[in-house]
Amino acid sequence: MAIEGIIGKKVGMTQVFAEDGALIPVTVIQAGPCLVVQKKTADKDGYDAVQIGLVEKISNRRVTSAMRGHFEKAGAQPLRTLAEFEYSGDANVGDRVQVDIFKPGDQIDVVGQSKGKGYQGVVKRHNFAGGRATHGSMFHRAPGSIGASAFPSRVMKGMRMGGRMGGDQVTVKNLRVAKIDVENNLLYIRGAVPGGRNGLVVVRFAKNGKRGE
Amino acid sequence: MPEIMKIVESRESRTDIPNFSPGDTVKVHVKVKEGDKERIQIFQGVVISRKGGGTRQMFTVRKISGGIGVERMFPLYSPTIDRIEVERHGRVRRAKLYYLRDLRGKAARIEEKRKA
Repeated sequence: MAIEGIIGKKVGMTQVFAEDGALIPVTVIQAGPCLVVQKKTADKDGYDAVQIGLVEKISNRRVTSAMRGHFEKAGAQPLRTLAEFEYSGDANVGDRVQVDIFKPGDQIDVVGQSKGKGYQGVVKRHNFAGGRATHGSMFHRAPGSIGASAFPSRVMKGMRMGGRMGGDQVTVKNLRVAKIDVENNLLYIRGAVPGGRNGLVVVRFAKNGKRGE
Repeated sequence: MPEIMKIVESRESRTDIPNFSPGDTVKVHVKVKEGDKERIQIFQGVVISRKGGGTRQMFTVRKISGGIGVERMFPLYSPTIDRIEVERHGRVRRAKLYYLRDLRGKAARIEEKRKA
């Protein structure tokens, strides 16, 4: 079975020792087990993919009747989180996906939602330099000029200003799998991953990425 | 800390580390790799700090080598540490003994802890 990714929850960051004693910063992801809920085919859906869901206990009442029918068709319990992945070889509805699809050394992409920062000024949001703090400076963290005057008489689209920051979907590419723990469904990823603790993340093989042995 | 993190960290820690605290004199047996050979090197000195929690804990050992102060930091649970021997327990009144850096000779001595 070769499904190209898995859904998980971020547990947090820590560090582990490599065999030679080097410390590796890792993010621990509780990934899967996931269940294949639907198989999409080029004939019917226009592309080939599998839809998998993260196995969690949820109340039947939280599921709309349309989704309930979808899960019944797959013979699965209702699940909260679904995601689609490419696959190669054989994959069928009802298959389980576990962290053992990955091996240490695999290059992976991780998709998650970044932490929301609320309304932020241009210094934090767009890395503006800001002005001097003291010596009579009256220009601290202001954005400065946002354009010319009578012409064009408007602010250009895409002008960088303050506003909501964070809470975006972020993909971090080409991270490495440091270690897997099949027994506890844990995936150790070298480096940081978007989002806070308990945030949902999708982990998939990097396009053209290297695979560990 | 989430339950799962405790599992993760318990995997990384080891149980053969003796109790020691700042002020103690320890011998740290460090595995050194030279080419494909491995040997043990001993680093003996005074523990001047322990910091960090869980598996991230580090400690610093200070010694005077050839008249020059040398400090080395180790991760407490590092696999490169073969073992740690506690030579003597020192009586100190600080958790971090950074003041030893400014002292030398007689002034840098640490009184041995009296057994209760």
